[in-house]
Amino acid sequence: MVSWGQLGFQDAGSYFMEEFIYFHDFTMMIILGVLSYVVVFLILGLTSGWVNSGFVEGQLIEFLWTIFPALILVQIAFPSLLLLYLIEDFSKSFLVCKVIGHQWFWTYEISTESSDLLLTLDCYMLPRKGAFGMRLLMTDEYILIPVNVPVRILVTSDDVIHSWTIPSLGIKADAVPGRLNQLNLTLSRKGMYYGQCSEICGANHSFMPIMLLGAASPWFFAWLDRL
Amino acid sequence: MSSGVEITRPEGAIPLAQKYSGLSEEEVKKRIIAYNPPADSRFPNQNQTKNCFQNYVDFQRCVRLRGEDYKPCQFFERNYKFLCPTGWIEKWDEQLENNTFPVKL
Repeated sequence: MVSWGQLGFQDAGSYFMEEFIYFHDFTMMIILGVLSYVVVFLILGLTSGWVNSGFVEGQLIEFLWTIFPALILVQIAFPSLLLLYLIEDFSKSFLVCKVIGHQWFWTYEISTESSDLLLTLDCYMLPRKGAFGMRLLMTDEYILIPVNVPVRILVTSDDVIHSWTIPSLGIKADAVPGRLNQLNLTLSRKGMYYGQCSEICGANHSFMPIMLLGAASPWFFAWLDRL
Repeated sequence: MSSGVEITRPEGAIPLAQKYSGLSEEEVKKRIIAYNPPADSRFPNQNQTKNCFQNYVDFQRCVRLRGEDYKPCQFFERNYKFLCPTGWIEKWDEQLENNTFPVKL
């Protein structure tokens, strides 16, 4: 959950988001290093009346200041592409959650251990009074996902394009009518996670949040059985 | 139960908490994962539309070729019920009834 005045990422709730944060920190370190280096030499060069003759038509230095940045970019590309393919790697799932966007609420259809067992939930935003201070984030129903199991989320829409996302889990997919977009998720921590629709979809686009509870598997079964 | 919640379960189904009560968490995970649709290498990317539709079509073709009671057809049935939104399934079932389904079965 995000707090007022927060500048950085929310705490990661999934293994992928932890990796995204590491990658971000690694790339930011390189960016800041390069930026400092460039700014210092830029200021020194602009404030001095002298130019080193080795910088003009200097073959060696021009070679070095081309190769060195290219190597830095390769070093950024490796973890980037690794993560990009890792998040798409799917082999098995514990449950399938179909997310259907409507104007202006989300419907979840959850199937787990039987194709005849189907839980359908329509989640509407709670009005300001019922939201216990979590204005624009709370819904009347939430989905419960067990922790540490692979989950397959398939996102689509019934009318216009929406986008389903939970920032602290590092997942986002457009809900496009006539298309099923897959997200792979493994929660690493228990807790309540919030998200909001991320594609303009009409008058109440800001008022169709997402609420997901991560809990242990026995709680998941109890939640399914309660109905 | 609030109006936006609906659960469909088979007749006489045992509550899940009771069904899996004696087993370790690992064993429960293994059994349930085995029941879920597997990864299909024909559809490796994010767009799973065709995965859902193909399983539906394959089930219809299987049932027409081998009959309703042919057990291997249940693999396709399970897959499409897991993957396809119920609205899509209802629409296709209606198209089948009206003979307007876009694929020749």
